[in-house]
Amino acid sequence: MAHVRLNGITKRFGAHTALENLDLEIEDGQFFVLLGPTGAGKTTTLRLIAGLEKPTAGSIEIGGVDVGDWGAAERDVALVLQQYSLYPRYTVRQNLEFPLKSNIRRMAQPDIDQRVARAAKTLRIEHLLERKVDRLSGGEMQRVSIGRAIVRSPRIFLMDEPLSNLDAKLRETLRSELKDLQMKLGATFLFVTHDQIEAMSMGDKVGVLNDGRLAQVGTPYEIYHHPRDTYVAGFVGSPAMNLLPADLLGDRMRVPSGAIEFAVGPALRARLGRSSGPITLGIRAENVHLDPAGSIEARVWGVENHGVEKIVTLKTGDCLFKATMPATIATAIDEPMRLSFDQSRLHAFDAATGLNLSLEGRALEAAE
Amino acid sequence: MAAVKSSGRAAVNRLAVVGVIIATLIFLAPIYWIASTAFKPRALATTVPPTVLFQPEITSFIKLFVKRVQMNKAVDPATYAAAPWWEQRIMDNGERVLRTGDNVQLSGYPSRFMNSLIIAITSTVLAVGMGTFTAYGFSRFRVKGEADLLFFILSTRMLPPIVVAIPMFLMYRAVGLTDTHIGLIILYIAFNLSFSVWLMKGFMDEIPKEYEEAALVDGYTRMQAFFKIVLPEAATGIAATAVFCFITAWNEYAFALIMTNRRAQTAPPFIPSQLGSGLPDWTVIAAGTFLFLLPVAIFTFALRGHLLRGVTFGAIRK
Repeated sequence: MAHVRLNGITKRFGAHTALENLDLEIEDGQFFVLLGPTGAGKTTTLRLIAGLEKPTAGSIEIGGVDVGDWGAAERDVALVLQQYSLYPRYTVRQNLEFPLKSNIRRMAQPDIDQRVARAAKTLRIEHLLERKVDRLSGGEMQRVSIGRAIVRSPRIFLMDEPLSNLDAKLRETLRSELKDLQMKLGATFLFVTHDQIEAMSMGDKVGVLNDGRLAQVGTPYEIYHHPRDTYVAGFVGSPAMNLLPADLLGDRMRVPSGAIEFAVGPALRARLGRSSGPITLGIRAENVHLDPAGSIEARVWGVENHGVEKIVTLKTGDCLFKATMPATIATAIDEPMRLSFDQSRLHAFDAATGLNLSLEGRALEAAE
Repeated sequence: MAAVKSSGRAAVNRLAVVGVIIATLIFLAPIYWIASTAFKPRALATTVPPTVLFQPEITSFIKLFVKRVQMNKAVDPATYAAAPWWEQRIMDNGERVLRTGDNVQLSGYPSRFMNSLIIAITSTVLAVGMGTFTAYGFSRFRVKGEADLLFFILSTRMLPPIVVAIPMFLMYRAVGLTDTHIGLIILYIAFNLSFSVWLMKGFMDEIPKEYEEAALVDGYTRMQAFFKIVLPEAATGIAATAVFCFITAWNEYAFALIMTNRRAQTAPPFIPSQLGSGLPDWTVIAAGTFLFLLPVAIFTFALRGHLLRGVTFGAIRK
């Protein structure tokens, strides 16, 4: 178990820059999730920490020691991959023993047996121990590869989208198992994923990567409720936050592409400080309310049913936005609706830089 | 409709089976001819039409292994009775076995056969081994000018080898490698290496690098990961490459003929050289050829599991 710190890490592959001046800190015992789309540099970050790649610039510390010159074997980290993480031709037991039989550990056989037995029990794979790995189902395979990580009691667990290849039900089960396991072991986890639900549900801290740069680091709550910029706002949350180009003039907010205009209340006005002019208005679907007295009029454009609720796409002028509504409300296509935005949950982003203009957003930036 | 279709397919299947059987018979016919000639008495070897039914005997194999001369008078009954059974078979043919003192003189065949084995096995092991390492390097590391290097390796196959036979012979003579085992081994490695590198590169590329990386993180060195994880995965490719390299080295005729004459001569140039001495004894030549076919057959048969088995990649499904 250990504290991990990346200082100004840059990684280039030829002309392509995968990571640019990345600073990242993972505290001891933390479940840290690195979230981002494909190609954002998540896997590269993980491989750098594992010692499978060398950074172009910057340093990596594990437990306060610079490990730049250490090979993968010496760093004592465990790696769980999306696929190919088990050795073929080996049985489950041989796979679990493999890391313990390495020369750098020189463990006695009874010790090995005991650790394998304990890991197998923790992950409920005892009945699979003598089976060849190509006879396992996808979920069993990922359990075994997590087992291969925990037998070693490594300083850090690195997980590269370990759940992405599993079907939805199994993913849900393993998600909570993994979180339980991390709490039980008190281990430091770095979990890489493109799935924001995994990030929000498991992470103590989430780092959102955008094209090789950290867009925001924070608790899932902070990431969701106080996105630092339009990128984080648009990436996190399902459905994505509505981002509408708007004009803020005095206490009037107007979306020119549709018939959206409303008075900005004093609380919101205070939150936005002195900003005015063209902005990007951000409002989550669940903060758009049906309101007979609302100033926004729109027509139903599309409906997605999600059981207890439905996500309704609304159209006004050329402007489309989404709202979450209880499933019991009748929504016929083209039906007009009156709505209002919950101003306490409304975000305004700089139209050019995309940064959050609200005061708490700035306070968050200042604090970092 | 379905019944018609499936019966149609069954007919096609039967036809295909008949076709395969016919093709197999055609391909096996020369081998049968050689094998049957090897077991025929000398008198039946050249009959027209060929004799199909005969009492098989192994006289030709005995003749193949010992040095013998034609006798000009019949053997006396006492000597015949005292001779071992295999020598009697030779005496039956009006020949006698040459001896130095009490030791039977062996013919050239056993030593040529051993030469073939030594040279083919050594060159195959080295060519496949070097090819495997080279292919692994090309497959896993960023090599400067990789495409050019691989093309250069391949380009050694672009010339028919015989084109360089004369310069090679002169060079070999200058450095004293003619008629040596090591000379032919080097030559056959050179023939096979490009093939081995390219074939193994294909197999190595198929092995996910995640396996070794997992091993590296698990506390193993690159070399240990290679031997423990990569090599077992590459076994199928290694077997296939080895079979091809072995066959090439085993069958090579032209260079063996030019570069060797006695000490390091292999079986291919030796067998036909026996044609020249007197009236050819086809049964002995057939016996030599038949034995010569066996190692390749055994080697291929032993590795057939590897050659046929689908590559068992992907402990985690793609």
